[in-house]
Amino acid sequence: MIEVEHLTRTYGGYTAVDDVTFTAHSGRVTGFLGPNGAGKSTTMRVLVGLTPPTSGTALVDGRRFVDLPNPGREVGVLLDASAQHAGRTGREILTLAQRTLGLPRGSVEEMLDRVSLTEDEAGRRVRNYSLGMRQRLGIAVALIGEPRVLVLDEPANGLDPAGIRWMRDLLRGYADQGGTVLLSSHLLHEIEVVADDLVVIGQGRIVVSGTKEELLAGAGTLVRARDVAALAAALTAAGIGTTPTDGGVLADAEAGRVGETCLAAGVPLTELRAADGAGLEEMFLALTADTQREGAAA
Amino acid sequence: MTTMTTTPETPRTSGTATAGTARPARSEHAPIPFSRLLGVELRKMFDTRAGVWLMASVGGLAVIASAAVVLWAPDDALTYETFGAAVGMPMAVVLPVIAILSVTSEWSQRTGLTTFTWVPRRGRVIAAKTVNAVLVAVVGMLIAFAIGAVGNVVGSALAGVDTVWNMTLGDFFAIQLANLLGVLIGFMLGVVLRSSPAAMVGYLVVVYVLTGLTMTLAAFQEWFADLQPWVDFNYIQGALFEGPYESAEGWAQLGVTTVIWLVLPLAFGLWRTLRAEVK
Repeated sequence: MIEVEHLTRTYGGYTAVDDVTFTAHSGRVTGFLGPNGAGKSTTMRVLVGLTPPTSGTALVDGRRFVDLPNPGREVGVLLDASAQHAGRTGREILTLAQRTLGLPRGSVEEMLDRVSLTEDEAGRRVRNYSLGMRQRLGIAVALIGEPRVLVLDEPANGLDPAGIRWMRDLLRGYADQGGTVLLSSHLLHEIEVVADDLVVIGQGRIVVSGTKEELLAGAGTLVRARDVAALAAALTAAGIGTTPTDGGVLADAEAGRVGETCLAAGVPLTELRAADGAGLEEMFLALTADTQREGAAA
Repeated sequence: MTTMTTTPETPRTSGTATAGTARPARSEHAPIPFSRLLGVELRKMFDTRAGVWLMASVGGLAVIASAAVVLWAPDDALTYETFGAAVGMPMAVVLPVIAILSVTSEWSQRTGLTTFTWVPRRGRVIAAKTVNAVLVAVVGMLIAFAIGAVGNVVGSALAGVDTVWNMTLGDFFAIQLANLLGVLIGFMLGVVLRSSPAAMVGYLVVVYVLTGLTMTLAAFQEWFADLQPWVDFNYIQGALFEGPYESAEGWAQLGVTTVIWLVLPLAFGLWRTLRAEVK
């Protein structure tokens, strides 16, 4: 379990993390979501003791990270897959981890196998690695200590679709075994698919947090029709709030009621479903609209 | 579109298989012993191509320096003192560079991101690096001296002159100490500057540029000439290469300049490193 309480980090007059409080529970994947520069990475660095907080606390299983006797055995950390010595081989980097953490020798080969780095790739120097290979190596470094908590900053970056699926399954399995996973991303879809809980951050502040179901419950129904105007009119007439979206509307009611309304109004639909996929994106953009660089992206 | 068809593989973390419950039983892990850090940090000095080359260059440059003496030195200069001075010269550059990189690569190559998450008490990592820098400095000089000794035997045999061993044990320890202090100056600059190029340039400035400046200053300003042994680290440390000081004053001067040039800046650098943000 990760408990972050009233965490603040300022740089001179600039507040990168502003009174952030959230909890990542064990057995669950917590998605840490926010636009670039929102304070995700700073929060994670404070959590693992790389950046001293200005005020507030961050605890892992009730203890400060720096007070853990052998942190690598309890928390697997991947903050930046490129932060490795370019002149070391992948196998050497894992060997350093194995030795530092005091693990059995065989764990290096075991991890290489687990993250699907081949014998040949493991013997190459990291400067010749693709970003995807670096991510796999970084995951291996994070997992090698068999930790109960994972802290991963944008781990899906650079992975191909098969790699993203692999990562998702790995994190899901990890949480299902009782582990705690804190995962940051700006890839909304990726987070939505794997996360149980969501923490959305913008300009250093928590914008909203809760379980995915809670947050998506208010997202409504995505409904599309050839005649969008008629669709919107029918829903409005029935007292259902609508938000225009490309080729349809987001209706402020559950799918059954929307379907009945449209049938009664004689509007043929082309799509009708709970607005989970679009919902989170809409929510994300809406919640961070005033904090985003691009302004309100409608 | 977002149907989740996860097929959870079974992670190796079978010890934490308490899915859904509040908190898995805490298994306390033993702290990382200092000896392990020493071993890992030593390995990190030589597990890159740059590290291997630097280590190889200790032996290689000593051989080249000895060969140069054999080839070009006049016969009456074929003494162990000459060989010792010749092999010592490249060591005064290579060994500090090894020490510098052992610290600065954590920042320049950003490996500190993992190193300092495995060992959040950064002082322990720096302490292990310090011990290793001392170890490499001493062993490196021993290797260089040994190669110089071979050069002395081979050189005098080739020239047909008697082999002269004109270096006392006192000289040997004095040179070792002088060299070790030079390596620690490099290490200190690494800790203070935390950047490979800056620390290497800094080392060259301190050891070569500054030496020239203070020499010039002392030549023209009498007040500085009197003060120099008490404030100019290079001056007093350089004297050690000629052998141990003959007076207690020399050792006192070495102590004072070492505090000014090594201990205080190292303490400052350490203080900053322990608080710095690792990015």
